[in-house]
Amino acid sequence: MQRLSNKNSRCRECSGKNKSEMIILGIETSCDETAASVVVDGKKILSSVISSQIDVHHPYGGVVPELASRKHVEAIAPVVNTALSDAGIDSKALDAVAVTRGPGLVGALLVGFCFAKAFAFALEIPWVGINHLEGHVNSVFLESDPPPFPFVALLASGGHTSIYHVTSHTRYELMGQTRDDAAGEAYDKVAKMLGLGYPGGAAIDRIAKKGAPENISFPRPFIDKSTFDFSFSGLKTAVRRYVQIHSDDYLQRIPDIVAGFQEAVVDVLSYKIIHAAMVKRCDHVAIVGGVAANKRLREKIRHDAEQKKLTVHIPSVELCGDNAAMIAAIGYHYLKNGVVSDLGDDVFSRVKI
Amino acid sequence: MTELLSTFKYQITTRSVDETKKLGKIIGTAVTGGTVLALTGDLGSGKTSFVQGLARGLEVPDDYYITSPSYTLINEYPGRYPLFHVDLYRISDPVDMEDIGLYEILHTSGIVAIEWADRIEQKLLPDSINIHLELKGDKTRKICITAYDVKNADLLKNILRSSP
Repeated sequence: MQRLSNKNSRCRECSGKNKSEMIILGIETSCDETAASVVVDGKKILSSVISSQIDVHHPYGGVVPELASRKHVEAIAPVVNTALSDAGIDSKALDAVAVTRGPGLVGALLVGFCFAKAFAFALEIPWVGINHLEGHVNSVFLESDPPPFPFVALLASGGHTSIYHVTSHTRYELMGQTRDDAAGEAYDKVAKMLGLGYPGGAAIDRIAKKGAPENISFPRPFIDKSTFDFSFSGLKTAVRRYVQIHSDDYLQRIPDIVAGFQEAVVDVLSYKIIHAAMVKRCDHVAIVGGVAANKRLREKIRHDAEQKKLTVHIPSVELCGDNAAMIAAIGYHYLKNGVVSDLGDDVFSRVKI
Repeated sequence: MTELLSTFKYQITTRSVDETKKLGKIIGTAVTGGTVLALTGDLGSGKTSFVQGLARGLEVPDDYYITSPSYTLINEYPGRYPLFHVDLYRISDPVDMEDIGLYEILHTSGIVAIEWADRIEQKLLPDSINIHLELKGDKTRKICITAYDVKNADLLKNILRSSP
């Protein structure tokens, strides 16, 4: 269990609650992680607890949905309790609950969603269902140097690769998205092809350092340099073909293969988000989602953005992957504007934003 | 499997992603509600490309991108019949079809295209059109289409005899 807490927050109860503050419990169970977090006013994290299921999924090389739901059921209550005790507050101090409503695996989403409904109902406080993708975009507001509006955001994860023009906490224009595989999915599939394990992103990032990207040049899947859509399926196939053709000695070339693959992905992601900032005349770009934890991507985008005098905002690694602090952060902006959910609301597996 | 009189087998080589999509589109244009397509083949063999073509044949509007359902497991699109695009890639253990919602959609009048269909016991699936894709070269794919039941065999005979 990964825990991030602000020890100073323990003084909160003795100093008495500041009534102008809104303390929100965030809950996230859309995929592998069971997460809970306590956040004040959408920006100050009092605690963030993530119970990862990666060890459970590892032998299968991916998420096993039925297993995911069962693990969420086991983890949800202890994770929420830990988030409250790490924040140094009692559940009665909470003003509201924000929970991921979708997109994700329905069985997994339902665990957090039903828990949140019941929890808020028992405490007689409002609660709101949140779009997981909006949570990721808002993860940059949990850092000390949030971007001013408007800005462009690249959301890259296992299930999504999209570029948004963000004009407020809750308003986004989808500029482009993947037409086939997500960037994180390409990482996972290439890692599996080469026997590097799950999650693929971390393994490839690590091994790529030992290789030289220029030794094997894979195609850059730009599709069309003027649009913001992505396509990573062809790149995945190019790696598969390389392995097929060099079946006798590819094992010795793995560092070069993954370095070449990673450079192709990173080149395209960096080019498109910077181009999006140019087109929208934004000086600030945000990189969010699990793939934003990739060291080479962070380095490359920072370098490319500097050339264009753009400011890059990337959350700390703990806030790139799925977490509940980002759900509480965006929940604050909805709740502040009076948006709440009711007991009849349900989860959704897919969404267009 | 015993060769039945109704067995239909068809083999074709496509030489580009577009040709694989075109084959999907031809089949999508002709299939009727309740048809299940079981797709098998290695990573990069063109299963998702085939379903992208299938979707166009089913008149799924162009502004819907048919993306890989590897993470989401099941994607649904509106069309002449609803299209359910399923991907069992991340499932390596036998799972209860009810847990992922597959059982439910197999009993609708939609079209169900299942990638990595070999990850589920064949006997759990209803009669299906089986499509196996193999990587032969950078762009070349060998595609084998089989059906063992009369309804699907007749459907394929009608479609594929009249197209290239």
